[in-house]
Amino acid sequence: MAADFGQFFINSLPDLLSGLGNTLLLTFVSIAAGFLLGVVLALGRVYGNKIINGFCVGYIELIRGTPLLVQLFIIYFGLPSIGIIFTPIQAALLGLSLNSGAYQAEYLRGSIQSVESGQMNAARSLGMNKLQSIRHVILPQALRISIPAWSNEFIYLLQYSSIAYIIQVTELTAEGKFIAAHTFRYLEVFAMIAVIYLALTIISTEIIDRVAKHFSIPGIGAAKRTSLRDL
Amino acid sequence: MTLLEIKEIYKSYGDVHILNGVSFTMKKDETKVIIGPSGTGKSTLLRCINQLSPPDKGQVWLNGEEITNPKSNINKMREKIGFVFQDFNLFTHLTAVRNVSIGLEKVKKIEKQEAHKRAMQELTRVGLVAQANQYPAQLSGGQKQRVGIARALAMDPDLILFDEPTSALDPELIGDVLDVMKSLCGKVAMLVVTHEMGFARNVADEIIFMEGGIIVEQGSPKEMFTNAKMARTREFLGRIGALYGDEKGG
Repeated sequence: MAADFGQFFINSLPDLLSGLGNTLLLTFVSIAAGFLLGVVLALGRVYGNKIINGFCVGYIELIRGTPLLVQLFIIYFGLPSIGIIFTPIQAALLGLSLNSGAYQAEYLRGSIQSVESGQMNAARSLGMNKLQSIRHVILPQALRISIPAWSNEFIYLLQYSSIAYIIQVTELTAEGKFIAAHTFRYLEVFAMIAVIYLALTIISTEIIDRVAKHFSIPGIGAAKRTSLRDL
Repeated sequence: MTLLEIKEIYKSYGDVHILNGVSFTMKKDETKVIIGPSGTGKSTLLRCINQLSPPDKGQVWLNGEEITNPKSNINKMREKIGFVFQDFNLFTHLTAVRNVSIGLEKVKKIEKQEAHKRAMQELTRVGLVAQANQYPAQLSGGQKQRVGIARALAMDPDLILFDEPTSALDPELIGDVLDVMKSLCGKVAMLVVTHEMGFARNVADEIIFMEGGIIVEQGSPKEMFTNAKMARTREFLGRIGALYGDEKGG
């Protein structure tokens, strides 16, 4: 039985790894694109005028108020009816990025607002304009504060990218389902997949912790997370 | 020559009238101290001068240019006006020396190495070379405030506004900050809101007593301490003198 599983594992590995490639692609592109979008939305919410602020609130509420699955269906199945056609992977990248952007915007907004107002006053008093003050004084602090929340978002994306299989993206979970359907070995296949997700999560948490440590500065938030090594 | 001219400044927050027509002038390199009870609008006045809180009415002129004119380049004008805060407001994510050099780099566009050199000179001036690479969280209150002063000085301002610079400090740390301020006398114009009567008495060219959003009386320290015209001024100075001591920091 054990030897049999070993063979089965080796046979399945190439397919699982190719699915893993798509999972990582979805995760990294969406977290990065979502981050850029999140920064713009967060700044718009905190510093924008009524119109910009209203637009950002509207976008964030729309995305956070509807299921990711529905968003993906609209992009992949809905938009073709008005002539906008995406491949599955394009649709998934777009959907996950737009979705993550809204969530990251809210984390970042909290961090920006937690930077004391005196910091902006001091920057403006030196003669910096608003944009310079945000770039050189507010954001470097806010981004550090937001690392723990951001770490959560990364892990969330890593795992919820599996939802893309519903719009025919062959990422890790979809590969697993395919193998299982052909071999009827559901338990083994999904146990393997669970272990892969777990390993990815532990590794990425560790990396983010090290990044956080590298950029940490005395006096700026980012309470230390307990990593598995400390247990 | 007139450096700063304040004309009929009014400021309200909602229904609360903070400043009700304040006017005075300052000459180049002059030191003026503003005293008065809490909630009188002293800090608000400073914030009106550098437009952190623009006044509702009135004008502020610096070197013959109107700061309050919406067409004036406020960022350019602020380079000439240093601001030292009661709670320091050092940039939390930067070391002491970077706190001082960042304005030179980003606002004055001075090359990084040159800015660093200048920043070290300013830290030397306030006696904090050894702390150059420490972050604000690693500094004492008095050290933070001296970095705050160095940060303002590095920009080569014509005027520095001090908003109760020693109020948040432990008593034994106040002296160091006051010493630095005294050393600046006659080198740059200083407008200081403070309760340090010793400093006011010994260092100020003129003392302005404010209450209820107006200037009640102003004059040289000698006139104010020995021969104030208004009963309210005498009463205030008597009470604050007993509380803070006349000679401290003197």
